Amino acid sequence: MEMIDAELRLGPPGSDVNVVVQPARTAAKRSSSAVKSEASGTGGGNDDDAAPASKVQVVGWPPVRAYRKNACHAAAEAASARTTTKKQGEQGGGGLYVKVSMDGAPYLRKVDLRTYGGYRELRDALDALFGCFSSSLPGFAIAYEDKDGDLMLAGDVPWDMFICSCKKLRIMRGSEAR
Amino acid sequence: MTYFPEEVVEHIFSFLPLHSDRNTVSLVCRVWYEVERLSRRAVFVGNCYAVRPERLVQRFPNVRTLTVKGKPHFADFNLVPPDWGGYAGPWIDAAARSCMGLEELRMKRMVVLDENLELLARSFPRFKALVLISCEGFSTDGLAAIASHCKLLRELDLQENDVDDHGPRWLSCFPDSCTSLVSLNFACIKGEVNPGALERLVARSPNLRSLRLNRSVSVDTLSKILVRTPNLEDLGTGNLTDESESYLRLSSALEKCKMLRSLSGFWDASPICVPFIYPLCHHLTGLNLSYTPTLDYSDLTKMISRCVKLQRLWVLDCISDKGLQVVASSCKDLQELRVFPSDFYVAGYSVVTEEGLVAISSGCPKLSSLLYFCHQMTNEALITVAKNCPNFIRFRLCILEPKKPDAITNQPLDEGFGAIVRECKGLRRLSISGLLTDKVFMDIGKYGKQLEMLSIAFAGDSDKGMMHVMNGCKNLRKLEIRDSPFSDVALLGNVAKYETMRSLWMSGCNVTLKGCQVLATKMPMLNVEIMNELDESSEMEENHGDPSRVDKLYVYRTTAGARNDAPDFVKIL
Repeated sequence: MEMIDAELRLGPPGSDVNVVVQPARTAAKRSSSAVKSEASGTGGGNDDDAAPASKVQVVGWPPVRAYRKNACHAAAEAASARTTTKKQGEQGGGGLYVKVSMDGAPYLRKVDLRTYGGYRELRDALDALFGCFSSSLPGFAIAYEDKDGDLMLAGDVPWDMFICSCKKLRIMRGSEAR
Repeated sequence: MTYFPEEVVEHIFSFLPLHSDRNTVSLVCRVWYEVERLSRRAVFVGNCYAVRPERLVQRFPNVRTLTVKGKPHFADFNLVPPDWGGYAGPWIDAAARSCMGLEELRMKRMVVLDENLELLARSFPRFKALVLISCEGFSTDGLAAIASHCKLLRELDLQENDVDDHGPRWLSCFPDSCTSLVSLNFACIKGEVNPGALERLVARSPNLRSLRLNRSVSVDTLSKILVRTPNLEDLGTGNLTDESESYLRLSSALEKCKMLRSLSGFWDASPICVPFIYPLCHHLTGLNLSYTPTLDYSDLTKMISRCVKLQRLWVLDCISDKGLQVVASSCKDLQELRVFPSDFYVAGYSVVTEEGLVAISSGCPKLSSLLYFCHQMTNEALITVAKNCPNFIRFRLCILEPKKPDAITNQPLDEGFGAIVRECKGLRRLSISGLLTDKVFMDIGKYGKQLEMLSIAFAGDSDKGMMHVMNGCKNLRKLEIRDSPFSDVALLGNVAKYETMRSLWMSGCNVTLKGCQVLATKMPMLNVEIMNELDESSEMEENHGDPSRVDKLYVYRTTAGARNDAPDFVKIL
């Protein structure tokens, strides 16, 4: 327990001070209170489920900006997504680009289906591109043309099956889709 | 000088480039103060809470360039809780009322809202440049406002900001009449941009010299853009993941850019792209590959070995010691090196060690700025580095495991860092790491006479350590300390010093509430901010110690008094 006498004195600073300092122990205690083990994670590049003891992280250490850490995680996730879909998909390498048309829009876009994890992400991405799912506009639905050329409503089959059979996307007005 | 008309005095002042010189002349007499303040064109505010914005714009109504910095540096590493402060709003509001001629605004580590950007866009008819670094709080809607309304915009430079993405619309908001762009950096924007809008914008910007794209821009789009920018000097690529044929187009477009000196981006770069960059390499002075974990040591060295004029290099540690040896033998003009960790966990296998650093120091004698993350270091290596490179201005070494000793002798690294401060007489910035005792601080205090910024983590034995620094480093402006055993004794050992400094940060140390209160009472011109973890009280009892121990302390000189925008968890004494 430290007792610090902080009153004015005539000596130079640091002299004649009655302080019992146990810095090593305190510092060690301090470090342990600053250590938080990361249970799950934002450690996107790491495949381990349980972080081993040697991988326990100190808060704010190493001193790397959050922006840089996030960018590297995003890169690692994109890289592993590319390698896993490479194993799954029939087309090797590159993306799975399909055209997207929206009723009433002057030009089409292209999206890479491999970059989305599921229907929700696809919907959000299309909303970012076309602004079709914001509440001010009447209902739109996502439809797609499959291998047989039939127009299907997206969402019925599992995502992985969908990206294998989807050839083209079409965002249709709600009235037509009904 | 009293016989000179004011215009002559003003003209003489225009030859003073440094803010500090202009500050000095304004103290001479009332006349000079007035002349100086009305003719001041650039103001730098190192701490946004050191002065009230209203006061500043009143004093300098004709300012054209305003630079403001907000949160303390350790905020970069999540040590400052969110909502701490650093709001841009009051600054933009004040400038909008009093400084109609504002042309440039630069902000770092501040919270900028969309409504602030909208006000900015509408308030300054001659606005030319917006630079935001490590800021947050705004979205692409705010950028849309800037694009739409700043008719003379030359520079939009967004570096490492956290921007909410509301879609690609913002880029299309630059009107057709906007042809003045010189610098556009949107690398930190997370979402897609419309390639057509981007191409058209570039096509109508004949003065474009610097362009940094984000991850969404494909190789194809990049090729089309580069055809339009033969005078480009600085390029940040989009993603480089495409198939080989796209690179042929890119290659022929790059050939036309004879002025290209600086390259960055390389998002998700596939090794296929590397040979296509070769023709550029021998002109490059700057290269940033630090966001590219997809290129390994062999790809990196093939590129870098051709960059014989390189002055600035940022890489990941997957370059390895071997790769750094290649850098050392190829890049003789190297002035700045940053080696970032690719694995953020503390215990990892060694890819970059003291050997790489020694190799660089012996091959690159002009090296003056270093940021080096590594798994191990030795005193011998640091002593060698200090002898080889006495010109260091910035030396930041981060050994990933806290308190790790010399890898060979198991001794503290006091000797090594001591050699650095002793040999490098011009050292202005230093970050230390590894196992360190009070001895290193003795050397820092004794030799660090030009030192302006010092970062300390997990170092020292006692208050003497911090006292050496406080008493010895005459030019110290910023001191930031984490998890080191410095207590109220050190905090209060030289209180007058804080008036000569911009700020002090202490977290995870042994300062108490009482000590901070004493400081606040003795030095009314300082703001003493304390932040405590919202920990469960059971942890406090366990410590047996002072339940009034302060987790985080931020002290800064100010003319503005206590700030009124502090959140609940910040207590200002």
